[in-house]
Amino acid sequence: MAYSEKVIDHYENPRNVGSMDKDESNIGTGMVGAPACGDVMRLQIKVSNEGVIEDAKFKTYGCGSAIASSSLLTEWVKGKTLDEAGEIKNTEIAAELELPPVKIHCSVLAEDAIKAAIEDYKSKK
Amino acid sequence: MKTPIYFDYSATTPVDKRVAEKMCDCLTTDGNFGNPASSSHEFGWKAEDAVEQARKDVADLINANPKEIVFTSGATESDNLAIKGIAHFYHKKGKHIVTCKTEHKAVLDSCRQLEREGYEVTYLDPENNGLIDLDKLKAALRDDTILVSIMHVNNEIGVIQDIKAIGEITRERKIMFHVDAAQSAGKVPIDMDELKVDLMSFSAHKIYGPKGIGALYVSRKPRVRLEAQMHGGGHERGMRSGTLATHQIVGMGEAFRLAKEEMAADNERVRMLRDRLLKGLDVIEETYINGDMEQRIPHNLNISFNFVEGESLIMALKELAVSSGSACTSASLEPSYVLRALGRNDELAHSSIRFSLGRFTTEEEIDFAIAKINDNIGKLRELSPLWEMFKDGIDISAIEWNAH
Repeated sequence: MAYSEKVIDHYENPRNVGSMDKDESNIGTGMVGAPACGDVMRLQIKVSNEGVIEDAKFKTYGCGSAIASSSLLTEWVKGKTLDEAGEIKNTEIAAELELPPVKIHCSVLAEDAIKAAIEDYKSKK
Repeated sequence: MKTPIYFDYSATTPVDKRVAEKMCDCLTTDGNFGNPASSSHEFGWKAEDAVEQARKDVADLINANPKEIVFTSGATESDNLAIKGIAHFYHKKGKHIVTCKTEHKAVLDSCRQLEREGYEVTYLDPENNGLIDLDKLKAALRDDTILVSIMHVNNEIGVIQDIKAIGEITRERKIMFHVDAAQSAGKVPIDMDELKVDLMSFSAHKIYGPKGIGALYVSRKPRVRLEAQMHGGGHERGMRSGTLATHQIVGMGEAFRLAKEEMAADNERVRMLRDRLLKGLDVIEETYINGDMEQRIPHNLNISFNFVEGESLIMALKELAVSSGSACTSASLEPSYVLRALGRNDELAHSSIRFSLGRFTTEEEIDFAIAKINDNIGKLRELSPLWEMFKDGIDISAIEWNAH
């Protein structure tokens, strides 16, 4: 299967790889997917008092498209308010990365990940 | 050294140059282009001679009579002809077939088709090492069982089934025994005088012959009959009609002749290379070999790198042509059915890579692969949340995941 240049770029130079302390009150963590399905995404956001995402980190177990989707997502959410970040749609990720139909689920997972991270952050407030 | 490096000899092999030369001699006006069935002139006789020589070369590799060799378009057709041909011919004796869950799709899907036609099929579970427990096979046999179909060497994990022992069981019960030997011919010695096998499928392109040609061994003593699946001019003793493809057949014959001559030396060299590869990868933490290491051809190494997904690893290893047990590479998202049948959990099945080595693999290529893999496993594990959890001592299997 041929990957788009954007997927290859994110895969070879993933942005914002890492971990943040999930117990901090200003950190939201979203972990979605399942090892049995071949992909697990963990997205973490650090939120300012004004409700703006200051930083984002990810780790992903999965195919190149899953890694690229989560890498791209960390770039997009930084600087956004929680509401803005919650509106990111999987179709936008899929379009940006030119994902083929069999890889659309990777972008769905990324959308689920940011929603779960926001949810986690809000539940701590 | 050229990249990408070919480590996918179980998928197909390049045609040996000596084979290609022989094939080229059977195409043009200066060559042996006749129809082997043309019995009225010299063009036909010469082509027939070449086909019969090839038939003998194929038979010689497995110590069979050339009259027991039926040429087909490949192992898939041979499997279809054997399974459907036997089932259709002997349906009055019974309608039950026994096979194994790790068989090639050509066998499994032929069986599925027979199920649609009203036959019953038992799919045996292999043991965790990929081998069949003979007692479980015996227990699956019934009075109406007409056929057992078990592959010799598995295409994904390279394990070798005990064909000799299975043949003793089936012959005693007067049940037909078919063996898919696409992955074993030229790698494992086969002696039809010693094996109680009724039908055996072969492919040319797995052993340095051309694609598009294969054969089915059909035993004469005891006599095995089958219903043709391809009808026409009655070629191949009525079992497979269609003009014989002289150049393909000559290529297969030469490939089998070379295999007989060079198998022992090839195997020894390949085993040395495989052991070198294994030694270089075994040092990586959390790696698991899939399939038995003793009852196994030296050409295959199937290994799971835990917490790294197979497709992303393959993407990282772009200089290596390998295949993945993670079917994420195909349209379905299911991991390899073979690894699942071994009882491997889905994570390990998703994390598997198959290396298959062959006649043209070099030590330099192996060392290059070892270095590449060691580098990239580290990089991908840094990216893996599962690896981090494992390192933190979290039991991943205890987590309730949301399967999607």
